[in-house]
Amino acid sequence: MATLKINGESKVFEATEDTPLLWVLRDVLGLTGTKFGCGIAQCGACTVHVDGKPVRSCLLPVGGIGDRAITTIEGIGATPAGASVQKAWLDLEVIQCGYCQSGQIMAAAALLAATPHPDDADIDAAMAGNICRCGTYVRIRDAIKRAAAARAA
Amino acid sequence: MQRDSASLDVTRRKLLQAAGAGSVLLAFHLPLRAAPAAGEAKPTFAPNAFIRIDESNKVTLVMPQVEMGQGIYTSVAMILAEELDADIAQVALEHAPPSDTLYGNPTFGIQVTGNSNSVRAFWTPLRNAGASARAMLVQAAAQQWKVDPASCSAAKSAVTHAATGRVLAYGALVRDASKLTPPATPQLKDPANFTVIGQPLKRFDTPDKVNGKVVYGIDVMLPGMKFATVALCPVFGGKVGHVDDSAAKQIPGVQKIVVLDDMVAVTGDHMWAAKKGLDALDITWNEGPNGNVSSAEIWADLRAASQKDGVVAKAEGDVAKFLGQGDRLDEAYELPFLAHATMEPLNCTVQLTKDSCEIWTGTQIMSRVQGTVAQLTGLPLDKVTVHNHLIGGGFGRRLEPDMVLTAVRVAQQLDGAPVKVVWTREQDIQHDVYRPVYRDTISASLANGKIQAWKYRVTGSAVIARWLPPAFQKGIDIDAIDGAADIAYDIPNLQIEYVRAEPPAVPTGFWRGVGPNNNVFATECFIDELAKKAGKDPVAFRRDMLGKTPRLKAALDLAAEKSGWGQALPARAGRGVSIQTAFGSFIATVVEAEVDEHGEVRLRRVTAAVDTGIAVNPDTVIAQIQGGLIFGLTAALYGEITIDKGRVQQSNFHDYRMLRIDEAPQIDVHLIKSGEAPGGIGEAGVTASSASLRNALYAATGVPLRRLPIDRAALAGKKNA
Ligand code: FES
Ligand code: FES
Repeated sequence: MATLKINGESKVFEATEDTPLLWVLRDVLGLTGTKFGCGIAQCGACTVHVDGKPVRSCLLPVGGIGDRAITTIEGIGATPAGASVQKAWLDLEVIQCGYCQSGQIMAAAALLAATPHPDDADIDAAMAGNICRCGTYVRIRDAIKRAAAARAA
Repeated sequence: MQRDSASLDVTRRKLLQAAGAGSVLLAFHLPLRAAPAAGEAKPTFAPNAFIRIDESNKVTLVMPQVEMGQGIYTSVAMILAEELDADIAQVALEHAPPSDTLYGNPTFGIQVTGNSNSVRAFWTPLRNAGASARAMLVQAAAQQWKVDPASCSAAKSAVTHAATGRVLAYGALVRDASKLTPPATPQLKDPANFTVIGQPLKRFDTPDKVNGKVVYGIDVMLPGMKFATVALCPVFGGKVGHVDDSAAKQIPGVQKIVVLDDMVAVTGDHMWAAKKGLDALDITWNEGPNGNVSSAEIWADLRAASQKDGVVAKAEGDVAKFLGQGDRLDEAYELPFLAHATMEPLNCTVQLTKDSCEIWTGTQIMSRVQGTVAQLTGLPLDKVTVHNHLIGGGFGRRLEPDMVLTAVRVAQQLDGAPVKVVWTREQDIQHDVYRPVYRDTISASLANGKIQAWKYRVTGSAVIARWLPPAFQKGIDIDAIDGAADIAYDIPNLQIEYVRAEPPAVPTGFWRGVGPNNNVFATECFIDELAKKAGKDPVAFRRDMLGKTPRLKAALDLAAEKSGWGQALPARAGRGVSIQTAFGSFIATVVEAEVDEHGEVRLRRVTAAVDTGIAVNPDTVIAQIQGGLIFGLTAALYGEITIDKGRVQQSNFHDYRMLRIDEAPQIDVHLIKSGEAPGGIGEAGVTASSASLRNALYAATGVPLRRLPIDRAALAGKKNA
């Protein structure tokens, strides 16, 4: 038995230590909002926060997480940055198929929490690890700026 | 048309409240064959397959087309609600069950979402469905009030008799309206009176996509479910030889190793166990006859085939005679194999028992999935249930039933417990149905700065012959030549030909943009080369030949103006234009790009002018063009699947690259207002991208690339294009 702190709750589960967090979240705990896209840290669909930092959960073994706090897309709306990103995403109608967007929103929320007024270079650096096959990049950029402005207001 | 409403009842489904979207109810992903439960509001007014209204005034709209990001659920709901005069903020949406009879795409005769034709094909049927239901509700109210129906009006799910101020909600008219006969020819609204269509409405499917609530096929969870992943022979058509599973069996969480003649699957307690188990198998494959197939051989064959005369698909004037006169140019353009790489990897969940089969997946072909599963299992059609889901990217990949059949074959080896089969990205990319390699050859002659003869030959796989055999007539793949036959320019003498050339071993399929991808690319690259030969500006050259296509000429003018066409740019930067009528939309695109000394390309800006007729949801049209452009630019810059020793050489996003946000250009989309019937838009941005990029690089460097993806060494001047 192992325990992880996920979205403020203690979750007990069974899985070997080498199991990536992604599969514990999705298949063991049923938190399917975090997505599988590539399994090799190339697409960002599996992004979660560990102590507020964006991490690719497909390559993060659960055995090494300890008591650090995990936040997933199901919990990100409870953070101020997460809520502002979600709102901006809907206001600007960023989303198409949506499959990449859990990861996009997690990456954007981490960016805004660390850098309240990101410029284009900050956005490039923080978001280039997240592929969107539907090509929503133009709106992602605009929505991050909008979320930043809304938080400043 | 009276429908068995029990098959579509909503009772056992949780209706999910879409946060932030008013009270739009979404019934996605939940069972569609639930029996009506006691206490549900009855009866129901179901005048056709698309609309159901119950006594509680709930309006349920059934979606004949699948939502894969293109916004079709919102657009379909808008069209129905417009003519029905339903309160769009209060409708519930529901996936259609499998049925070609009720939900067949009018263009294909089967239930399919593709070819950017959802709005085009369903525009009139949906308007009729809405208008017919509305007329019946109005008539029911008028009868009750004993007034002339013409003196009543409808809005926001209620009928009003203005003269007396009486109002009846649709829900109160359900019983009476159900007894009426639908009008033979319902009166449609004058588009000038539309109140919903044309508004930039917020999409119904997006609120649940920001918080992890949305359930794609890959997210389905069922009690007792096992997780599985598969490996097919890396060589196309190969078979399993020997499997040593001793190491795999030691892995915690591994449940079962399934060995079939052409694939191996491992089931486990979760995907990680299944994947580790699969990796631990020692598999010997019998590669079969395709172990030596290579890209070099495929291209050599294709080039040889393209020298042959093709089947003539269209001929006007006297091409042979006029090609012999004036200034002549001959060129060939080549496009590579491409994988779809939908963001949601292939997956399917199956529960198979002795006498039934349930499928949970996301598919563009509901009825075909049901039919092929029935065939495979020997079960009657009505024992095969398909639960469709919102789709994490289709792009044509989910026009194939292979993932479902594979999952059912795995389930056949299990004991009736549900199993979710998920492809790794590597399997997804290496076992796709690929966009075929194409070679388009064009010959043309110029007289007085205009084209006077044009001979266009497409050589490539006939996807349509496999996918929809009845549509493959006289040896012509109507998709492969679609954009060539539908040429916008005024050309007095032309001939369009098709040569069927199937690549050995590599399965081919539809890929977002389909035939027009190669046609628009070849045509518009060639037009730039002709313009140069004629000594004309690319915009002016095109403009002079668009007499019969004024909507495209207007789009070209707007794109030229908005892009700053003709204004100075730095060295090694250029603008390129392309125009198209593909999918019934008139689009002109200008790409601005620059090339460094290594041939690396930076996209500066894209401007698109779009006349798609009536834009049902204008913001969705803009989003589709933006996304389609990125999709097409990705392929033009990076996309190529290559074959060596019968295997696909690429495997994941590190070697099958995607454009990323730091490479994405600014994109400005300008919609042209129009009262014409809607055109298609989901693929139009893709076809608009590659020639305009290539022409920008041509302008920037003078290098006429004639293959995709772009060749950086050629752009750097290190080799010939
Ligand atoms: S699934 Fe983890 S980065 Fe792609
Ligand atoms: S919205 Fe479809 S992959 Fe990003």
